[in-house]
Amino acid sequence: MQLTERHKEYWSRNLRITAILLAIWFVVTFVVGYFARDFFSFNFFGWPFSFWMGAQGSLIVYVIIIWYYARYMNNLDREYGVEEGEEE
Amino acid sequence: MSAVTSQKAFTAQLKKVYTFYTGGFLFFLVVLAILEQMGMPRAWIGYTFLIATVLLYAGIGVMSRTSDASEYYVAGRRVPAVFNGMATGADWMSAASFIGMAGTLYLQGYSGLAFIMGWTGGYVLVALFLAPYLRKFGQFTIPDFLGARYGGNAARFVGVLIAILCSFVYVVAQIYGVGLITARLSGLSFEVGVFVGLAGILVCSFLGGMRAVTWTQVAQYIILIVAYLIPVVWLSVKHTSIPLPQLVYGSVLEKVTAREEQLLKDPKELEVRKMFADRAAAADAKLKALPGSFDSGKADVQKAFEDAKAGNVPGDQLAAAQKAVDTYPKDAAAAKAAWTKDAAVKGRANAPLRHGEAFPAANEKARDITRKNFLALIFCLMVGTAALPHILMRYYTTPSVKAARDSVFWSLFFIFLLYFTAPALAVLVKFDIYTLLVGTEFTKLPAWVNSWQRVDPSLLSIVDVNKDGLVQLAEIAIGGDIVVLATPEIAGLPYVISGLVAAGGLAAALSTADGLLLTIANALSHDLYYKMINPNASTSMRIGVSKALLLVVAILAAYVASLKVADILFLVSAAFSLAAGGFFPALVLGIFWKRATGIAAVLGMIAGVSVTFYYMATTQPWMRGLFGVTSPIADNTWWDIAPISAGLFGVPLGFLVIILVSLVTPAPKREVQELVEHVRYPNIKGDTMNTSAM
Repeated sequence: MQLTERHKEYWSRNLRITAILLAIWFVVTFVVGYFARDFFSFNFFGWPFSFWMGAQGSLIVYVIIIWYYARYMNNLDREYGVEEGEEE
Repeated sequence: MSAVTSQKAFTAQLKKVYTFYTGGFLFFLVVLAILEQMGMPRAWIGYTFLIATVLLYAGIGVMSRTSDASEYYVAGRRVPAVFNGMATGADWMSAASFIGMAGTLYLQGYSGLAFIMGWTGGYVLVALFLAPYLRKFGQFTIPDFLGARYGGNAARFVGVLIAILCSFVYVVAQIYGVGLITARLSGLSFEVGVFVGLAGILVCSFLGGMRAVTWTQVAQYIILIVAYLIPVVWLSVKHTSIPLPQLVYGSVLEKVTAREEQLLKDPKELEVRKMFADRAAAADAKLKALPGSFDSGKADVQKAFEDAKAGNVPGDQLAAAQKAVDTYPKDAAAAKAAWTKDAAVKGRANAPLRHGEAFPAANEKARDITRKNFLALIFCLMVGTAALPHILMRYYTTPSVKAARDSVFWSLFFIFLLYFTAPALAVLVKFDIYTLLVGTEFTKLPAWVNSWQRVDPSLLSIVDVNKDGLVQLAEIAIGGDIVVLATPEIAGLPYVISGLVAAGGLAAALSTADGLLLTIANALSHDLYYKMINPNASTSMRIGVSKALLLVVAILAAYVASLKVADILFLVSAAFSLAAGGFFPALVLGIFWKRATGIAAVLGMIAGVSVTFYYMATTQPWMRGLFGVTSPIADNTWWDIAPISAGLFGVPLGFLVIILVSLVTPAPKREVQELVEHVRYPNIKGDTMNTSAM
């Protein structure tokens, strides 16, 4: 098996989107968590914002990250012709 | 019929079956509710739930029986993404999620959110780093991947050991949960409950392996989510008149916060807390003065009794003095035990925590430690999620890489439904207790309080400490599990919903236990027996061995659970840290770094899991007892991290060892590098490699 330039490009685009989504995951979880008292304790529809993030906001972001990654990669597969055949 | 249309027809068929099933289940609930109104006794309702649901799971298990290897190990690799999502949800959500989590949030407030984030955010790592690649690899177990990628039996063997270690501690906790719930539903003793529950677990997995487990897990997910949501929605209607608790509990939290401020200053609350503080201080003083205090204390109660007799006091005072003599500890050792227990009420003298406050602590330094541990726990739970073999294994069962990616989305979506409801439930119950229960007269306690005090005083006990006839918050001793278990009664729902909640908890524990047992049995039968000991074994032999091992492991786990040896919550968390430290670095580097070598991976896995285990063994009280560690905990603590988050050290060490050792060992062989390329692309022209095992 010989990888073409296009195959390598597919992989590097995969790595790029993985890194971006991982960064979002990190910020939502650990940066917001770290500064929970200092910057994020304002009132948000009744919840302290940091509490709402921990209980709902971050979870919603996680679901969206995974949804977006699946959509992005499924499209990328087709764009680079590495999608699975119909018989699968 | 082509494969695509047959898969489509299969999915359509599944949708039909599970729609009927859900409808049937709701019909069953309505019938039971009507029967309850007509006077069916509560015990019968409990029995009906227990027998009906276990029979249902058994039915699915028997219908899914198989002796085909691909069906047995990976459900024929044709589980549609949505259904695999539901099955993963049930596999994932254990008794700890279903029953324990809302209680933890009730007791810990913001700090409890570490479990909410940690047990959902881990799926981001599963989606980005593992699921699609493992599906492309497409064999049966996680050690399969380690063995192929890291060239040989050493990596496979270490993988088998780690998989068994983390899955076994986890499954013991699940069977313990099954025993508790079975005992509650049926009135049998806990030990009998464990083995009855065990039968329930085995009927699902024994005959049909992964195939049976998958289809029962889907059924179990539907029951557990219905059971979780109905009472919360009802409670939300009671307090906010809006049936969407997740959207509106912010306003309830505001009311709880205002009420907390009142209670923190309330003179009656302060009085009760001071009484606890005094009692603890007195016990402490007596403990320090042992053994002398035993004799003097004994003389004191004797004298008080004699005085009361001579002084002609009223009967009840005399009886109290008599009781003080009768209940006085028999000897110094008994006195020590009793007073140690008394000294422990010190905790109840503490002011209640503010539910919404992040990192509550006395001073900045303590606050920093709390924050550090909060983030460390999230990290370990997340990485552990992305390393537990019983979860990763589920992504082998989808028809394609694309379906595996979609399936992680559905998994988290179905888990999310429960996880973003749990914090709402905790706040609603807190509101109920803080505003409705606190301040009630003892003669007018609500019915659910009386019944739970009778059923299990460790879950709820309220004693009028300051004898004012009113309930103070400080007088309520509450166990976390009651939050979920008693919600139907708090919300004023019929008993049939209480039965439903218990059945939901049972479904959660059974489904997780099934997934874990299968993981262990497969690691032993497929990886150890077939791949390493007897590669010539026939399919029927392999599956026969797997079934036999399943039975042995299940009985062993049930036996350990029935001993009630350890702190169960600790066991669950330990499984996450151990999996994180052991598997995560080797799996991720195996896919993303071609240069990672076999010897490096073996050493990295051993280093990661060992340092995690070592940290727990030296800092966790029960583990210290087990291994006879006597040096002070403070000396063994690194960076103030709690033992539950030991994976914080294991994961980076695992990465470090794999990277460093890889760089000094020769690069992996050409075919291993090709394997890595193979798993990175869903389908590549000219790729002759086929790792997929059918």
